[in-house]
Amino acid sequence: MPSLKDIKRRIKSVKNTRQITKAMKMVSAAKLKKAQDEITAARPYAEKMLDLINSLASKASPDSHPLLEKREVKNVSLALFTSDRGLCGSFNSQLLRTAERFLRERGPSGASLYLVGKRGAEYYKRRNITVLSARPVGSGRPSYGAAVEIANDLVGAYLKGETDEVHMIFSEFKSALTQKPLTIKLLPVATPDGEEAKEDGDGKGEYIYEPGEEAVLASLLPKYVEVQAFRALLETSASEHGARMTAMDSASKNAGQMISGLTLVYNRLRQAAITKELMEIIGGAEALK
Amino acid sequence: MSDNTTTFLLEIVTPQRRLLSMEVEEATAPGQEGEFGVLPQHTPFLTVLKPGEVAFRKGAETGVLAVGRGYAEVLPGKTTILVDTAARESEIDLEAVRSEAQEAEAALGSLSQEDAAYAPAQDRLEYAQARLRIKERARA
Repeated sequence: MPSLKDIKRRIKSVKNTRQITKAMKMVSAAKLKKAQDEITAARPYAEKMLDLINSLASKASPDSHPLLEKREVKNVSLALFTSDRGLCGSFNSQLLRTAERFLRERGPSGASLYLVGKRGAEYYKRRNITVLSARPVGSGRPSYGAAVEIANDLVGAYLKGETDEVHMIFSEFKSALTQKPLTIKLLPVATPDGEEAKEDGDGKGEYIYEPGEEAVLASLLPKYVEVQAFRALLETSASEHGARMTAMDSASKNAGQMISGLTLVYNRLRQAAITKELMEIIGGAEALK
Repeated sequence: MSDNTTTFLLEIVTPQRRLLSMEVEEATAPGQEGEFGVLPQHTPFLTVLKPGEVAFRKGAETGVLAVGRGYAEVLPGKTTILVDTAARESEIDLEAVRSEAQEAEAALGSLSQEDAAYAPAQDRLEYAQARLRIKERARA
């Protein structure tokens, strides 16, 4: 049986924890707002780029640029985006589970990983798999420069023939409450099936290219990979804050429940002690009669 | 929206933001092969842009923006400019851009034309120069 003092101490420590989780929730909420704004701001560019690539890739022949060329798939690369820090519920484990499933399906032979985020790096540090590179997300807002570096690495590996297909797993930001791991194929660049019928009557399909189709492709395709990487960074960052906010919210709630439970026990014990004391006094007085 | 033939929609977007989205009568942009002008009902055209100035006009109202490297997609009723970075005249900080230009120039001096870093440094310089031109014209 814990003493009154013990319980009091526990209540105090849970209260402290609740203060921390509450503060973390607030910080995450603020960061989430910013991250959400950034996604909204980046969306027009990404969408426009996707439109361009789709209309280009459906017309250009696969041999006109190495990034369009489909090769026999021997080595698969996976770019996995996780967060640097924990305390965000099942956010990272969901991503890692998706990655594991992907690797199992694709067969671990010849698969290599490109890891963004310390959590993923730590997870795969001691596992038997080739890690091309591991980099932290870094603090602060995701920068376009980081996306360029990631894209350069991936395109470089692809062009050198180290890998024949590049996929990407990141967390898609749906709302503050839901984040979903998403797997997409990055390279070779191909039009998503079923989207080709989406020709609008805007005269798309008969561009005049300057300085020529191949030159435009050569500069546009790597750009496309950069934009995709940037999107992955932004979405993952927003998802992380969303997941942390939810996790910290439920942690605060749990702490509150624990406090009320402990307070109940504390009061009951206190009352029992008072009753016991009273009974002793009354018993003593009775005995004197 | 763009069923009229006297204006077209000009959009300028960077990865960070949408800078401009308005109906204009005329625009010019710095193409890789030289500056080009766009009027409404232009034939579909896709080009690489080099750092420089994008100017547009609607009636008596004109505007100019400094842009970095990017692409332009011209369609009859709509022109989209996708660039790495862009700045309005009011956002240009003369001192910061001057030192940026100097840095880029110094970087160019130490590189040979074959270096992989040569082209990006040149882009940086040209973008900085475009911003300086715009700012100084506005002050004059």
